[in-house]
Amino acid sequence: MAQSLDRLKESPSQTAGPYVHIGLTPNFCGIGGVYASDLGSSMINDQTKGERIELRIRVLDGTGTPLREALVEIWQADANGFYNSPAEMRGAADPNFPGWGRQPTDTETGVCLFQTIKPGRVPFRDGRLMAPHITLWIAARGINVGLHTRLYFSDEEKANAEDPILARIEHRLRVPTLIAERQRDTYVFDIHLQGEKETVFFDS
Amino acid sequence: MAETGSNRAPETGAFFQRDRQWHPPALTPSYKSSVLRSPQKALVSFDNTLSESTGPVFGHAMLGELDNDLIHNFARPGESAIGERIIVHGRVLDERGNGVPGVLLELWQANAGGRYRHKREGYLAPLDPNFGGCGRAITGEDGGYALRTIRPGPYPWPNGPNDWRPAHIHFSVFGHGFAQRLITQMYFEGDPLIWRCPIVGGISNKAAIEALIAALDMQSTIPMDALAYKFDIVLRGRRSTLFENRPEGN
Ligand SMILES: [Fe+2]
Repeated sequence: MAQSLDRLKESPSQTAGPYVHIGLTPNFCGIGGVYASDLGSSMINDQTKGERIELRIRVLDGTGTPLREALVEIWQADANGFYNSPAEMRGAADPNFPGWGRQPTDTETGVCLFQTIKPGRVPFRDGRLMAPHITLWIAARGINVGLHTRLYFSDEEKANAEDPILARIEHRLRVPTLIAERQRDTYVFDIHLQGEKETVFFDS
Repeated sequence: MAETGSNRAPETGAFFQRDRQWHPPALTPSYKSSVLRSPQKALVSFDNTLSESTGPVFGHAMLGELDNDLIHNFARPGESAIGERIIVHGRVLDERGNGVPGVLLELWQANAGGRYRHKREGYLAPLDPNFGGCGRAITGEDGGYALRTIRPGPYPWPNGPNDWRPAHIHFSVFGHGFAQRLITQMYFEGDPLIWRCPIVGGISNKAAIEALIAALDMQSTIPMDALAYKFDIVLRGRRSTLFENRPEGN
């Protein structure tokens, strides 16, 4: 026997289940009066710096059917590439941009929309710049551990080509699963949980 | 740098690798909803970048007075939710055993009869007009939190022909880095349904399941008012940055 490392184990994940909205977007599901507004429902104001964009996201199951009770959260840098976080040591982020948002998928169409700004580039661990991207986290009934992926932008071809995370993806045919298609000021992004077009999910 | 509400210097290192054997796998066929919603390809691994090691902050100022009191936060003035009154309290720790301050906990649950306030919910148990089912709290400097609620009822659900969920409270947890993001469920000591539940059963390690079972805590009860359960939550720890590799010239 050696000495104990005295480490704890992370609490195991359990599915968010079908009623995740009650806890995380109560106003959206008709439980009014408890919180003034749903957390993360609005990310920008008049003073937020950066290019206004919309994200139009769907999450599709193995049959191609959009999930209508999923929850999507996003986390991103501000227009200059700074995170609004205490762990951001490089400088101050835009005080008018929290960088975090949360939206339920529509109960009919399965679409969820984020009004946000295009993020700046953030350095990788070795100082090279990553391409502009948004981190996504998905929870729903049937998902045992929240899924982590990234959204990159179709009009950032040059930056995407030198992105160190995209470069890690061995099967190059899968890289486009992480690239949202620009349509005017909207980026359209379908997340496939399974199948030929299965989105790349990360363990980081 | 954003305000942390803490005097401690912010930690910035990468997080310990997640032990995927400890968590349920994506595909757990006896929980049928996982079959078409589980990724089948290998996850792509990489060490945290700033995008994962940073995360949003939620200040105590955003909380309303009754946010952590589900007995009263939806009830009509002077009334309260029906059910076994309980305190749920504990600490949020990291894998090094340190309390994590400033953690946003959001919870949701069924009422005492096992019924959720949701339009897709079809169980015949009645709604409680004084119970909404959501609450939240932010941990203090030592990682501690406390909530007041009623014990939720078990409920049947469409999975197998006769599956029942054990009594449980759903918890959503934000640590300091987005890579710590976690949703889990709290179960109650002594509930025989825990060991029959296909969702719980997705976790293969008995000790891991037991880590989600809150203990009856008689020392924290309020006599003549509420029982108490202690539920600690553990988030991924951060690696030390003391001897981190740095690129040449930095
Ligand atoms: Fe539940």
